[in-house]
Formats: sequence, structure tokens, C-alpha cells
Amino acid sequence: MATVKPNCFQDIILRLQNYWAEQGCAILQPYDMEVGAGTFHPATTLRALGPKPWAAAYVQPSRRPTDGRYGENPNRLQHYYQYQVIIKPSPENFQELYLGSLNAIGIDMELHDIRFVEDDWESPTLGAWGLGWEVWCDGMEVSQFTYFQQVGGHDCKPVSGELTYGLERLAMYVLGVDHVMDMPFNSPGSITELKYGDIFRQTEQEYSRWNFDVADTNILLQHFEDAEAECKRILNEPDVDPKTGNKIVMAHPAYDQCIKASHLFNLLDARGVISVTERQSYIGRVRSLAKTCADSFLKTEAGGSSE
Amino acid sequence: MADLLLELFSEEIPAIMQNKACEDLNNVVTNALVEAGLTYNSSKSLSTPRRLCLMIEGLINKSPDTREERKGPRVDAPEQALNGFLRGVGLTIDQLEVRDDKKGKTYFAIIEKEGRFASEIVSEVINDAVNNFPWPKSMRWGSKSLKWVRPLHSILCILSAEDGVETVKVEIDGIKSSNLTAGHRFMSPDHFTVSSIEQYQKDLKKSYVILDAHERADHILEDAKNLAFAQGLELVEDINLLNEVAGLVEYPVVLMGEISKEFFELPAEVLMTSMKEHQKFFSVRNPKSNRIEKFITVANRATSDNGETIIAGNQKVLFARLSDAKFFWENDLRIAKAGMNEWSEKLNKVTFHNKLGSQSERIKRISFIASATSRLTNADMELTNKAAMLCKVDLSSEMVGEFAKLQGLMGSYYAAEAGLPIEIGNASKEHYSPQGPTDAVPSAPVSISVALADKIDTLTGFWLIDEKPTGSKDPFALRRAALGIIRLVIDNEINEPLECILAYGFYLNSIAVQSLEDKSQTKYIDLSNNSLEQIFELIGEGHSKKTKGILRDLISFFHDRLKVYLRDQNINHDVIDACLAMPNNTNFSLLAKRAKVLQEFCDSDDGKNLLQGFKRANNILSAEEKKDGVSYEGTPEINYAQIDEERSLFKILDENESDIIDYINKQDFKSAMGALANLRLPIDLFFENVQINSDSKIVRRNRLCLLNRIRLIMKSAADFTLIEN
Repeated sequence: MATVKPNCFQDIILRLQNYWAEQGCAILQPYDMEVGAGTFHPATTLRALGPKPWAAAYVQPSRRPTDGRYGENPNRLQHYYQYQVIIKPSPENFQELYLGSLNAIGIDMELHDIRFVEDDWESPTLGAWGLGWEVWCDGMEVSQFTYFQQVGGHDCKPVSGELTYGLERLAMYVLGVDHVMDMPFNSPGSITELKYGDIFRQTEQEYSRWNFDVADTNILLQHFEDAEAECKRILNEPDVDPKTGNKIVMAHPAYDQCIKASHLFNLLDARGVISVTERQSYIGRVRSLAKTCADSFLKTEAGGSSE
Repeated sequence: MADLLLELFSEEIPAIMQNKACEDLNNVVTNALVEAGLTYNSSKSLSTPRRLCLMIEGLINKSPDTREERKGPRVDAPEQALNGFLRGVGLTIDQLEVRDDKKGKTYFAIIEKEGRFASEIVSEVINDAVNNFPWPKSMRWGSKSLKWVRPLHSILCILSAEDGVETVKVEIDGIKSSNLTAGHRFMSPDHFTVSSIEQYQKDLKKSYVILDAHERADHILEDAKNLAFAQGLELVEDINLLNEVAGLVEYPVVLMGEISKEFFELPAEVLMTSMKEHQKFFSVRNPKSNRIEKFITVANRATSDNGETIIAGNQKVLFARLSDAKFFWENDLRIAKAGMNEWSEKLNKVTFHNKLGSQSERIKRISFIASATSRLTNADMELTNKAAMLCKVDLSSEMVGEFAKLQGLMGSYYAAEAGLPIEIGNASKEHYSPQGPTDAVPSAPVSISVALADKIDTLTGFWLIDEKPTGSKDPFALRRAALGIIRLVIDNEINEPLECILAYGFYLNSIAVQSLEDKSQTKYIDLSNNSLEQIFELIGEGHSKKTKGILRDLISFFHDRLKVYLRDQNINHDVIDACLAMPNNTNFSLLAKRAKVLQEFCDSDDGKNLLQGFKRANNILSAEEKKDGVSYEGTPEINYAQIDEERSLFKILDENESDIIDYINKQDFKSAMGALANLRLPIDLFFENVQINSDSKIVRRNRLCLLNRIRLIMKSAADFTLIEN
């Protein structure tokens, strides 16, 4: 059942959106904060917790400051897109659903070699881990496939199934492009034809310079401390809001601060000011924020609390 | 009799776990069946990425009936006792028998159990096995609470016999057993019915599933060799990779792809490592050019285009990978050609251990120690020093950053590019060796010197900060380092004690620890020529006592490793102890040499008898010395000898003593033991014919001193008191 091949980056994104919408996922929008991966979106991290069913899919711009290469490396970027699918409980036919999505973006299973190669996932900053695979298409990793076992130190019950597609790499493969900057972003032949590089080469250069050499490490350190303090302060507020008299646990605002701290840590890391031993302690601090956020989310309605 | 077929069908099981899982499934199930009274003829367990199978042939249909008699309380016993008994045997009072016993009328329970049908037992056993399977890592999925390696989808479980087939009912967390399975995920996904082991295997094969991992591996190997051979090339065989790849596919299709010519200039090891680690490709070598020119990949399906699309995709991925590698290689070459200073600088910032300082501090220490070790190997000291300073610079290179396994080896390539003498490159490549009991031991003097220095620094450093191995934990591989030193010394016949160099290592590391503590600059002094006493003097009043203790502890760690090493060569622990008790026991070559000869001697008739004689002499002497409160260390005199056998002993001792001492000084243990063997007969005759106790105190004393002379001579060869009979 070969599908007509997509012809540009956004075509692939749109097809994934349509496919997962057809499978019943809520198509969410990217989270409006800087994150290192789609997993950080509260739609994954927090919604994987608690007993309530959930199904969502979304594009998430992701930032990895240390991967910046001034736009010169064919496939390394400090800002890139991930496509994220999360379904709780993980459906019985999750692998088949996933393979259907590859078909939807024009990968013909009759001609390609798809394999599930062991890869255990762990996020020390989120206190999360799961088991699964990296999915190979003709020897190339096209997705991460994970069954979440723990998030924020809590056992996931039921278990969420998570898919992460590295969109640029996947699209380059499907479109047969060798350098990410040469990849058509919109349809070739559009009124204004745009390549990936037309949109992102300049920003890759700007951020690479800033990430590696210019970012003020003192300010970043201060921001890290502030985010950490604010996260803790928010969660120390009483569960009942004195103004409305209602129980309003502020899990999401607190988690925003946790995301901030995590990204600030990544920036500090890119500036090379975090030594090997300090590294562990920073990761531990973010993890402890993530854990308290997870605890508080479980006290909310979305987290399954009935109080 | 029936055959049992079990297939646990799941999502992809990690390749490295499959073999162990097969063994475990076989053991767990067959043990439990036998325990329940079901015997069988044969069992076999096989796996693919998606299924774990167990086949048991010739299983009996029913477990045997059993009858058990249990004695209960007396009839007049309190009611509680009776109730307890009834509960225990699960019967009611009218089912009990009353019999006359020695102590009066007593209840007896006859518990007769009828044999149970195999299907019933199998069902329970499989339920148990699946619920408690010893996966190294397992997971939950969906809303289930069952744990399995990856989601378990179906259980095929049948008992088949000549008169029919029966599906064994198993239900685990909502997963119900059936007589169905499915073929290859892509090539034949439909379900089919299974009615026997034979038909299962045959139909699976038709459905593009080769059930036996060995068969898959054989197939891959054969096809890979043939593909290479057909083009005049040869496969680089790799058994670990082969087994892993066989665990990734149900229907292996072997394909060969091209490596773009622009990567041929990369070192073969880089190509092989990159292809194996990242892509699980086999390397294909051109025997004429000795280069890696193609690769073999194993797909999990056949395609209508004969794998063309798959090969093209894999080539593309490899191209990107190797472009990275080439980029690293070219960057590295630039720095190598410029003398590698940039890398040395970088190592300043890399922490080796937070208590022992940076990598560059460590390298400085290694080079100081290498000055001392170069004397042991007669290596050129200046060259050795330089080799030590450069042996780890490749840790800063991009290639080693990407492939840690290539450390040392890349250094040798870069040293060659930098125009350095070959000895320096070889030291970089070889100084991590030997890495285990069977790894090759370097033999070039500079390499040996640096390899020794590297390991001595590691051991003394971690010993100093008290990071020693405990139990199974040895995170810094210190056991391996100690064994490495032992093998380097013995294989290269380095005939010197290491005590002084170890002390030097402690000195250098204590300077490092101190300067980190008080944040001063590290200043090492070259003590490679100094004596043990001088080194301890420099370590300083306050620390030298403690350091001496640590040194002793490290030496005894070496001795433990040496025991393991020598025991593998069939040398008994008591023989080793007898040699360890001798002076110069940090000269491991000497120790090994002495121990080998001593073991041979102790295994010979002469040796065994002489040992008896020695023990007898030593026992008498010790007992008498204890009783008399003196030690008989005087020189015995032949004038006081009364009996011929006594005089012969004097004579044989006179004849051999100086030779023995001479041989031992020359470390010619073989001849020394040969000369010792001459003593055997006279000693035996002496004990047969001579009474130690005599009315004359002088005669008695003289005889005891004679025994002491035997003891002294023998103890100059080894401490025979420690050898067991």
C-alpha cells in the first residue's frame, strides 16, 4: 500500500498530524516554552501520571544548545522539531499504529527494512524511565518508541506509550536530502519557495554564537536559582486558594519553573561552566523539582484526584 | 505421552537477552514439571525477536498417583490437637482411621492423591513461569500489571499426541492461550493454527520465520562469506556481532553495500568500529589492498527489488556516519601534525578523579614513574618519558571522543602523523595492555615501561585515597591493573622488586592529593633513583607510617592477584605462600619462578619425602625449643656425632650446603631443589636410626642443632613450614 511520497518538510508534519488525528489523538500545539525534547511538554510529562486515559500528538520545537553547529553540520541543530505521540493506556496495537504512521509519510513497508532495536529510555532530570526501542528504517533511527514505567519517581499506572520522531532527520531520509538546510520546507513550486535553510540557517548561527560564547553565565546561574526557588515557593502554597476558596493546586505553573531550570542548565552546560561533578548535582536539583511537580499534579483533577 | 509446545509471542525482545531467556524458560518449566511428577524425554528452547518457545517431547500424560500415611494425635488427645491435624491433612474426622499404637488408640490419615492430567499441571506451571520470569529488566504496558520484557501478546500452548491435540488453557492477566500463532511481521502476518511441534516449525518457515537462532546465524555467516567471496573479498568475522544480529531478525536477508571511496583513507579500525557500533554492519576486507571496502548488513525481509532500496538506505546512513568520522579524523590530523600540544592543554581541564587531579597531572605522574620503570626494561629513558607524556593525549581527540574503544590506537596513528618515533605510537597503543588474563602482553621496552607506570599510578593513587575494590565492585578495574603488572613483569622476565617504585607512586599521588587539598601548585620531585627509605623520608614524618601501611596493603593485594594467576597454572596456594614468605616478594618474576620449581619439587617423590623429613625435624625442634625455652641455633659439630647415620648427614650437608646457597643466590631454583633432593635419603636414615634424646646433654644439643641446620638450609629455598602435606 504505497502512498504518494511527500514532497516537503511540512507535508510530512501535516501527514503525521492527520494520521494521529484519525487515530483519535488530540492534536495539541507546541508548548510555549524552551524545552530539550517533546517529552518535557506537560501533555506528556504530567499527563503520563495518574489513572486518567489520555491521547495527544503534537510538534514540539526542541532546543539542545550543545548541538549547535552554526548551521553547517548536515544534521546537527541546536533547534529542531520533534513529533510526539502519547497514548495512555498504551494500546494493544501500538506498534501497528506506529507502522501505519510510517506508511502515511510514504515509507513503503514492502521495500524497506523496519526493525525494533533495544533502547531503554531514561531522563535523569525528569526522574523518568521506560523500556522500548529505537526504530530503524534501513539502518537509520527514525523514532524512539517507549513504554513509560516511571515519571517523576511515580510508577505509571496505566502505562503510557510514547513515540518521538526526530522530524528533520526522518524528513531528510524520506525526501532524499543530504543537508538539512537544503530540505524544502514548503512545496517546491510554491509562490515563495522556502528551504529549511531559508528559515533556520541564520538563527542557527545566531544561537550557536550566543549559546557557546555570549550567554552571560552569571545571569543564567541567577535565573536557574530563581526558577528553582519559585518552583518550590509555588508548591509550598496551600492547596486551597484563599481568594476563591477552591482547591487549586498549581502543578502546571510550578512545572513551568522546572522546565525553565532544566533549559537553563542546558545553556550553562553549553557554555562549559559546569564541571563533571557539579553536573550531577544540577541534574539532581532539576529532578527533585520534577518530582515535587509530579507529586502535586497527582493531587489535581487531571492527575486523578477526586477530592 | 504427548509433546508440549509453548510459544510466548511478544513485541521485540532485546537481542542480548534472548539466549539467557531460552535457558531460563527451559529450566523453570522443566524443573516445575518434574517437581509435579511429570517426566519427559527431551526439551529444547528457541527464540526469535518476537517469540520465546519451549518444546518438550515425550511428556507423560498424567502424574503418578500418590499415597501418604500420616500419624495424628491419640484418640483421647485434646480437641485442639485433633482439629489442627484435620486442618493439616485437609480431611474430616470420619475420613480418619483409628489404629492401635504403642501409646493407645491413635488417629491415622491416609492421603491418597490421584495423579493429575498433564494439561492441568502444565497450565499451572506456565502461569507461574510467566508471572515470575527472571528477566534482567521487565516492564508493564497498557492497563496490565503483568511484567514481561516487552508487551506479551499471545500464548500458544498445545499438547499434541498421536490421538489428537489439545490446547492447554492458560490465562495470564487477560492473555488467553490458544493454538494460534502468526508469521513474519511484514512478510506473512496472518495467524495460523498449530497442531504439532513439527508442523509449527515447518509452517513458521513457510511464513518466513526461522525459529532457531543458530540456524539464523549459520545462514547469515554463510551468505555473508559467499557474497564477499564472489567479489574476491573476505568477511571480517565477528561472533558477538553475528549473535546479536541473529537476534534482531526472524528472516535474515544478507545484503552487501558499498563504502564510498573517500573513506578508504580512514584507519580500518575506525571504519569497523563505526559500522559495528552504530549500524551493526559486518566489515568486508579487500585482501589485496588490506582495506575495508564494503559492508554487510542483515535485513529482516526480502523485497521485490532484491534489497536495492534497503542497501541504498543503509549506504546513505553509513555515508553520514563516516562523514562524521572523516571530519573527526581530518580535524585530529591537523592537531596531530602540529605536535598535539592542543590536546595536552585540553587534558588540564579534564578531571581524572576529584581527589587525584586532572588527566594532565596524572600523565605527569605516569611519566615520572616511567623513568623508574624504564630502568627495569632497559628502555631509553628520554624516549620513555616522552612516550608517557603522549600516551593519553588522544583522549582529547574527536575520534576517541566518539569511539572510546579506539583510545590508544588512535594515539598511535596520530603519533605517526606527528612524525614521532614508532616506539611512542606503540606505547600509546599498548600501554593499556594487558586488559585481562588472556590479552596480549606488550614486549617492547618503552611500551612495557609506560604500561607499568600507568598501572602503578592507578593502583597507588586509588589505594592512597582508599578507593579499593570491595566484593564484586571494582569500578576502577584495579584487579585488572594489578594482574596487568604481574603479567607484564613475569612475561618480560623483569627480575626486580617493585616495592620502591610503588612507594614512588604513593609519593607522587600524595603530592597530588595534598596540593588539591591546600590548592597549591603540584610539584613533583624526581625520585626514580632513590631508595625506599629516602622516599619515605620525603613523604614526611606525619604520613610515612600511614603510607607504609597502605604500601603493605597494596603488596598483599598484589599477592592475592598473584595467587589467582599462579593457581591457574596449577600451583597450590600453600606452595605460593611458602614463596611469598621469602625476601624480595615484590619481585613477581622471582616469586613465579620459585613457585613453579617448588611445585614440581613437591610433586616429586624426593620432594614429598624430603618435606616429611623437614616437617619431622621442624616439629621436633619446635617442640624441644618450646620445652627448653631456648633456640638451638648453634653450629652442630661432627665430633659429637655418635652414629654412622648422623655422620652421613653431616657429610651430605657439608657437601651440598654451599651449592644450595649458591644456586639460590643465582636464582637457579631447579638446581637448588636438585641439591636439596640429595638430603632426602640421609635425613630419612637419620630419623630411622638416631634417637634425638640422649643421656648426654651435649649429644642431644648437637643433634638438635643439626636439625636446625636442615631447617635453615631448606628455609633458604622456601618457607617449607607453610607447605601442607
